[in-house]
Amino acid sequence: MSASHSHSPTPAGAAHDAHGHDQAAEAAHIAAHIGGYIKVGVGLLVLTGITVGLSYVDFGSRQMNIIVGMIVATIKAAMVAAIFMHLKGEKMTIWRFLIMTAIFVVGLFLLTLLTHSDPVSGTSYSTH
Amino acid sequence: MSNPITKYLPFFTDAEVPHTVSARPDTGLYSAKLGIWLFLASEVMLFGGLFSAYIFLRLGAEPGYWPAGLLNVPVGTMNTAILIVSSITVVMAWAALKMRQLGKYKLYMLVTIVCGLIFLTVKLSYEWPAKFNHFGVFIKKEEASKYEEFLGNKHLKDTGQSPRWEISGHLLDAPKGSHYAHQAEHNAEHFAHETGRHDAVTPAEDDYVIQLDAVNANPSDKENDRPHFWPVPTSTKLAVIKASDVESASVFAPRHSTYFATYFLITGLHGLHVLGGIIVFLYLWLPFRGGTQLYKTNPEHLANRVEIAGLFWHFVDLVWIFVFPIFYLL
Repeated sequence: MSASHSHSPTPAGAAHDAHGHDQAAEAAHIAAHIGGYIKVGVGLLVLTGITVGLSYVDFGSRQMNIIVGMIVATIKAAMVAAIFMHLKGEKMTIWRFLIMTAIFVVGLFLLTLLTHSDPVSGTSYSTH
Repeated sequence: MSNPITKYLPFFTDAEVPHTVSARPDTGLYSAKLGIWLFLASEVMLFGGLFSAYIFLRLGAEPGYWPAGLLNVPVGTMNTAILIVSSITVVMAWAALKMRQLGKYKLYMLVTIVCGLIFLTVKLSYEWPAKFNHFGVFIKKEEASKYEEFLGNKHLKDTGQSPRWEISGHLLDAPKGSHYAHQAEHNAEHFAHETGRHDAVTPAEDDYVIQLDAVNANPSDKENDRPHFWPVPTSTKLAVIKASDVESASVFAPRHSTYFATYFLITGLHGLHVLGGIIVFLYLWLPFRGGTQLYKTNPEHLANRVEIAGLFWHFVDLVWIFVFPIFYLL
């Protein structure tokens, strides 16, 4: 999925002006991708079924089930972001922002996990 | 253009907003595209904070205090599928506009809006209210042995599972002065009507009478060790619990537990996002000047608006992809 279709500088009312051929080419380009969107959508529905099914399989511990469930969810999320949100082939400008966001959100989760390693002795959180 | 309103708020005027269609030379993007991604980045941090609160509370929960199997999995699965379908249709709506097929655009957008409305309706008229009429009491640990027939802690210990401290089901009788008295009365009437039994209300004034969930009716049954896919109906077995043996008692509302507090907070905020998306889609679907009217003068601009709203919608779908397993399944 090239990103060119989503932000090429097509002028207003392109189909009716001198740049008409750009619009037509873009339309043809998008038409070629529609089957792909539907396939990804069906893939997401199938993965939803798999997520539900796997949650009833005993992987030995609840922890293991959580890890398996999160792996499937991450695959689904990546499919949505890459294809539906056109991140695959998106401009670097947007990727740079998202990389920074990812770093900050991982930092946020790490802070949470720190509370369980008791970094300042005697301050770990343990009650419901 | 000395008027500050026309200068700074082109949204309210006819002033031309630059780069709604053409790419800005410095970013290579039409401006709204960059704008929505900055907004989504802030949304990642918003939901990230709540998800990290979830992790914090779940990891910190004492054994037996993080419930499982309390939500309706088939309904949740259906809602997940509806949201995914709406993500497909919104992409199709955008693609239709790019191909200058207004009729198809309207159809796909309508399907998207309907999917969003179904999702919200199921949540607000079925899923949440079902929880608000479900009741649980956490038994004080030192009194738990009295209620072993409902808790099954010997079985859980022998099989290496977390203990159970909660007895849940439908409240049929509440202690005097409880603000659940009205709900209990209503449930007791329903119970008497269904079963023909009138033993649900005890003369004692400090008792909870609960029509038990299957898990508390047969707590030592291996069948109940793991959550079921299809919800198991409430049994007709009753438990009478002394108010003084109870650590906390509540319907399945945010105050019930950290589990339900995070569940209602995160699904509530997610629901508000769904509502916001529906409102924007309606605007783009109806013949407003910025909606389908725009198609006549600048179809590419409308397509870009749909793409931006669609990006937001996909993000809301993406959040749900994580919300669904962490609350319903795992």
